[in-house]
Amino acid sequence: MATTSSGTAVVTLPTDTTIQITRELAAPKHLVYKAYTTPELVRRWWHANRGEMTVCEIDLRVGGTWRYVMIAHGGFEVGFHGEYREIVPNERLVSTEVYEAIPDGQAIDTLTLTEEGGRTTMTILVEHASREARDGHINSGMEDGMQDALDRLEQAAVSLL
Amino acid sequence: MARAATTTDAFNAVAEPRRRQILDVLAGGERPVNELVEALGIAQPLVSKHLRVLREVGAVHVRDEGRRRLYRLNGRALKPIHDWVSRYEGLWSERFELLDDVLDDLKKEEDDGDDEQRDGGRDAPH
Repeated sequence: MATTSSGTAVVTLPTDTTIQITRELAAPKHLVYKAYTTPELVRRWWHANRGEMTVCEIDLRVGGTWRYVMIAHGGFEVGFHGEYREIVPNERLVSTEVYEAIPDGQAIDTLTLTEEGGRTTMTILVEHASREARDGHINSGMEDGMQDALDRLEQAAVSLL
Repeated sequence: MARAATTTDAFNAVAEPRRRQILDVLAGGERPVNELVEALGIAQPLVSKHLRVLREVGAVHVRDEGRRRLYRLNGRALKPIHDWVSRYEGLWSERFELLDDVLDDLKKEEDDGDDEQRDGGRDAPH
């Protein structure tokens, strides 16, 4: 009954070290939370049609860990992992995030869900320790051509030296 | 040590919040310096300093009209930033489209499995 088209994600860079992703979803927040924290469901959307998700582990408790791995089309593997810091079911989830290609850079992710009229606004704030790490994270969102992404990643890594 | 000076690329130029503010104002059209000073509410020398950085990376263009200096946005210089972020945005947009399908299924499941549930009151404290 519900039409789901809700427009595209809005990505902003509120400060030098942060990324914010926002999107409205045509579902109540408890379902969004479920889709965000249940491995079988995460497996259905996290890959963004860019590859196959090979690992999706979620130990949803404070101090518990998560790990997502995808083999992108072209064979390149990308992995992320982290630890849950704060859990308010259906409302807020704070976790650390490490992009395994740049293991030194740890980000803090804060998911916030707000519901109005059965629709949910999902906001993910990613806070990095440095601008270089933030930029490297954005570069991990590869779309066209893995090599291009790798080049950028390498640049970002070199700039950390 | 080997890093480039902070003013040499558009990415660095727009990393400074005041400079982003200037670009926002200029997005509305060409402006003389005094109007930028007014819009930002900071001292003119500071505005001029930021404008210099933006000019060096080509993010703004300047021309003289009589005694006034007019600044305008040069979107072309900012395109690399737009392209860069939109790639990441594309990733998330696609994720959300897939998430839409998942949520549709969850809503159907919930409706099928819980026909008795009444509208409203879902946010009631418990």
